[in-house]
Amino acid sequence: MSQNKIGSVLIVGAGIAGIQAALDLAESGYLVHLVEESSAIGGTMPMLDKTFPTNDCSMCILSPKLVECGRHLNVRTYTNSQVVKTEGEAGNFKVTIKQKARYIDLEKCTGCGACAEACPVKVDDEFNQGLGKRKAAFKQYSQAFPNAYGIDEKNCLYQTRGKAKGKDICLKCVKACQAGAIDHQMEDKEFEVEVGSMILNPGFKIFDASRLDYYGYGKIKSVITSLEFERLLSASGPFDGHLVRPFDQKEPQKIAWIQCVGSRNAKINNNYCSGVCCMYAIKEAVIAKEHSHIPVDTTIFYMDMRTPGKDFEKYYNNAKNNQGVNFIRSRVYEVTEAKDDSGDACIRYSTEDGKICEDQFDLVVLSVGLEPGDSSKELAKMLDLKVNKFGFAELEPLSGVNTSRAGVFAAGAFSGPRDIPETVMQASAAAGAASALLSDERGTLVSEKEYPPELDVVGDVIRTGVFICHCGVNIGGVVDVPSVVEYAKTLPTVAYATDKIYACSQDAQASIKALISEQKLNRIVVSSCSPRTHEPLFQETLKEAGLNAHLFDMANIRDQCSWVHMHEPEKATEKAKDLTKLAIVRASMQQPVQPIFMSMNHTALVIGGGVAGMTSAVSLADQGYEVHLVEKDNALGGVARRFSTGFRGEDMKAFVAGLIDQVSNHPNIKLHVGVGIKDVGGFLGNFTTTLENGEQLAHGVALLTIGGQEYKPKEYLYGQDDRVMTQIEMDEALYNHDPKVDNAKNFVFIQCVGSRSDENPYCSRTCCTKSVKLALKVKKKNPGANVFVLYRDMRTYGYYEEDYEEARRIGIIFVRYSENAKPVVSKEADTLVVTVTDHVLDRPIEIESDVVCLAAAIKAPADGKKLSKWFKIPLNAEGFFLEAHMKLRPVDFSTDGVFMAGIAHSPKNMEEVVAQAKAAAGRAGVALSQDQVESAGLNAFVNKRKCTACGTCEAVCSAKAVTVDMVNRVAVVNDALCKGCGACASSCRCGAISLRGCTNEQIVEMLNSL
Amino acid sequence: MGEIQVETENKKYEPKIAAFLCNWCSYAGADLAGVGRIQYPATIRTIRVPCSGRINPLYVLKAMANGADGVLVSGCHPGDCHYISGNYVARRKFALIKSLLNHVGLEEDRISFSWVSAAEGGRFAEVVKGVTERVSTLGPNNGIFKVVDGGAADE
Repeated sequence: MSQNKIGSVLIVGAGIAGIQAALDLAESGYLVHLVEESSAIGGTMPMLDKTFPTNDCSMCILSPKLVECGRHLNVRTYTNSQVVKTEGEAGNFKVTIKQKARYIDLEKCTGCGACAEACPVKVDDEFNQGLGKRKAAFKQYSQAFPNAYGIDEKNCLYQTRGKAKGKDICLKCVKACQAGAIDHQMEDKEFEVEVGSMILNPGFKIFDASRLDYYGYGKIKSVITSLEFERLLSASGPFDGHLVRPFDQKEPQKIAWIQCVGSRNAKINNNYCSGVCCMYAIKEAVIAKEHSHIPVDTTIFYMDMRTPGKDFEKYYNNAKNNQGVNFIRSRVYEVTEAKDDSGDACIRYSTEDGKICEDQFDLVVLSVGLEPGDSSKELAKMLDLKVNKFGFAELEPLSGVNTSRAGVFAAGAFSGPRDIPETVMQASAAAGAASALLSDERGTLVSEKEYPPELDVVGDVIRTGVFICHCGVNIGGVVDVPSVVEYAKTLPTVAYATDKIYACSQDAQASIKALISEQKLNRIVVSSCSPRTHEPLFQETLKEAGLNAHLFDMANIRDQCSWVHMHEPEKATEKAKDLTKLAIVRASMQQPVQPIFMSMNHTALVIGGGVAGMTSAVSLADQGYEVHLVEKDNALGGVARRFSTGFRGEDMKAFVAGLIDQVSNHPNIKLHVGVGIKDVGGFLGNFTTTLENGEQLAHGVALLTIGGQEYKPKEYLYGQDDRVMTQIEMDEALYNHDPKVDNAKNFVFIQCVGSRSDENPYCSRTCCTKSVKLALKVKKKNPGANVFVLYRDMRTYGYYEEDYEEARRIGIIFVRYSENAKPVVSKEADTLVVTVTDHVLDRPIEIESDVVCLAAAIKAPADGKKLSKWFKIPLNAEGFFLEAHMKLRPVDFSTDGVFMAGIAHSPKNMEEVVAQAKAAAGRAGVALSQDQVESAGLNAFVNKRKCTACGTCEAVCSAKAVTVDMVNRVAVVNDALCKGCGACASSCRCGAISLRGCTNEQIVEMLNSL
Repeated sequence: MGEIQVETENKKYEPKIAAFLCNWCSYAGADLAGVGRIQYPATIRTIRVPCSGRINPLYVLKAMANGADGVLVSGCHPGDCHYISGNYVARRKFALIKSLLNHVGLEEDRISFSWVSAAEGGRFAEVVKGVTERVSTLGPNNGIFKVVDGGAADE
């Protein structure tokens, strides 16, 4: 490793992974060079309509990150660029970047679109999957960063025909551009950057469905890919979100999805599961029903329904039981064109019992799998990285993010198919790993953002600017946005009101900023989505425009209006008007508030000393922070101590021992083993945790990695016969050469024991793979053994599909049982008999077994409730930790400074636990790297003249922030302690104490305007 | 004074309810209902407050005096308050408000207090449905101060 380290990081690929990693690193003191092949950042997420399992609008949740990344001072974004050469070693790389000419000057382009309007060339729009057209002068999508157009040299008339001959062909764009931004003589350029580390997340490409001709893609017009379907649903798509068939604009009433197109297919060497298609197909079916104004019949043809992620199973059940999506377990033979000239497609398939059926559909959607992109393969080759046989990057075992080269980390689909939360987790983990590598150089290359001096608005006439967001069709499809704008214009203090298609987009921010100065606006109201997600974004824009961030309010007319009153557009519009009015009243009475800065304790507390906790602790310690690691058990290691091998054959005993060794010897880690926690107090930057032994630990952040517990089966004779065991027990028995398993000949594995049930309505994710691994182990050891796996859906997602395939090949027998006819384990004399109804034979079969292995569920930790109270963090219905956002903040709690990783978040395998633990450490590292904690300053304040020093406020304040100064006989607020709850203000008898941002006058005036 | 929607022959009476939601639990729960597209009546007008403990009894009376037909105050579950004990402060005040309302001649069913966590989108929708039903049954709010001689309410 280089001695001469550089405090900057190269990130290749600016999808959600690249953006997340860039923000994490830039926020924690590193300069980021972000290289993107296309003309805008965003990757695949902007193309998606909604995201599972929350049905959040994809663009809406991404947009704040796009804007934040785009305007971050320490992120240098290079679009139309790729890495062409790298030299050096971990800590110090020299990277050559080639940037293709955009022919439009980013500095000058205002994103007005005049060039695109003037451009005469129409070509297929890749962003819309070829379903629509774009010009040769184009912007990928409306919210794109950079908010600038570019010229596609392959299709531009001047570039293709005029330039070489020196003829002024076309050049209409040049004439149209008022800003003089177009420069057709621009040349490609190459330049070098020096970085200490690299993070690679070039994403994926979708499987080319025309490779499988029996699906008819490319031949039958009504057969489309799932990504094309996303564009059909999207408000910014080719049909403005109207669900129609692309070729005849007919509204489809009967739609089918075919799963595993290009996945789980050994014939084309794609025998891996893409992991995301089951969920996106269900989502598309549900959204299609929701979207269309006519009833839509939706059917999903599948082999196994794989919904193993957090809250996925509930989503599946809801689609099946409440939304009326049909699920047909089947094999699809072929798709043919309907003979009745309707343009429809016919699917011929066989059901599980071998019956051959055919059905006709208006539209057939192929759920295409994920493959490594061409540029991913090139990148891996250039950097000489190990790749697997499918062409995805091969990660170091149980590292989560390490490629085969030191200092080079991977995130997202570069190393295999992944959904968005996993991608985001890996991105934060990679950022944490890069930060650990370069911690000595933190802060050496970054600069600090400077805002224009704050305008003094006190005493000025109030001029409120109101922006009402359509949010594509999310709001505009229900609420009559123009009428809300007109209404806002009639309200007192409103000087300006307008609507925005997406108020959170980069160009909307620029326009709000411009309007603040043009219209001399000194209060801003945005009616859009939730302030919980978007307030910081708009406040940043206010600051950039020289306004105090608190001269602002939001009305939530999406999450709390259009989305919940979808069938009552008139009432929703009335409500949107009222909510906007309330926001205007509050904002107009708002005064500037200055933030309060408090000290930051740069120590972390990690609670739970299993693999997740130890991995987080090591990562944080490597980043240069002191860590307290608390484990209530008498030994470190958690449940992993009981595992023999990992899912890729790793020696778990050695792995856990290695981690224990690392945490025990790391100079930055202090261990507290065998002691629990008694109490926790404080907040980001200044927590105090009291251990049961009385010791007090001061820390700035906390990571909760308390694991989970194995379900104790009540069924299948567990606990009554020791030949019935759980997976962990069987793993131990095999490891210890227990004669019970060593001498056994007949093995039966029963899946979903305590999972996917009424009691635990989630999938425990790891058990299918674990059973397959154990089954393979016993079958390989004793090829004569009879091994049965009784399952509901085999959920061997990702590369574990190969194990499932191997298991079937070597003679392990898989028997599916249905939820309503569970297997029965009984004892006849001393023989264990498992009875199960086979779906193919449609009759019960009896298996005499020597060992019955139960795939017992993974349950939430018992201590979750305690931590929930101490840290003020929410749990979901099953007792697992509830993250701040399921897609984009998978390791953060909504409480600042508290993070999570491991099983306590949801069931996952060891590799995933490690990645998440590193992600939590990465996110915690971002918080710890700050010199001080900034709080908004929305605190209590006292009007001395009214105060009678009665002491009610002091009595009611749980933060002990208010005291009565008995000399001056007045209450005094300690700003560092005040949390801004307002209990004092609501209790004060003489109205002397109030709360900034939420004064009595504001609320009363809001009520007056009801 | 704000306007009151009064039951007419064609239009079903639709109450207007002022809803004070605490930022950390109930407001987040309401967002979650939205994300889950759980439908509920469009009767509430939300005022986001940091904590249910911020609610001054005066606000409830103000809301009633200004034409709201009902008030909903929703905070974190007992023990879950982001500010440790704000929701208990709110609960104490709430008990007082109820008796005060009775005293001034308003039906106590017009005001409701509930706990909704950030994970309970479905529960939030149920709470709004329940409140809407209770207030609808009572009909329009005729204002706090009743005229004693049997005349119309002082709206």
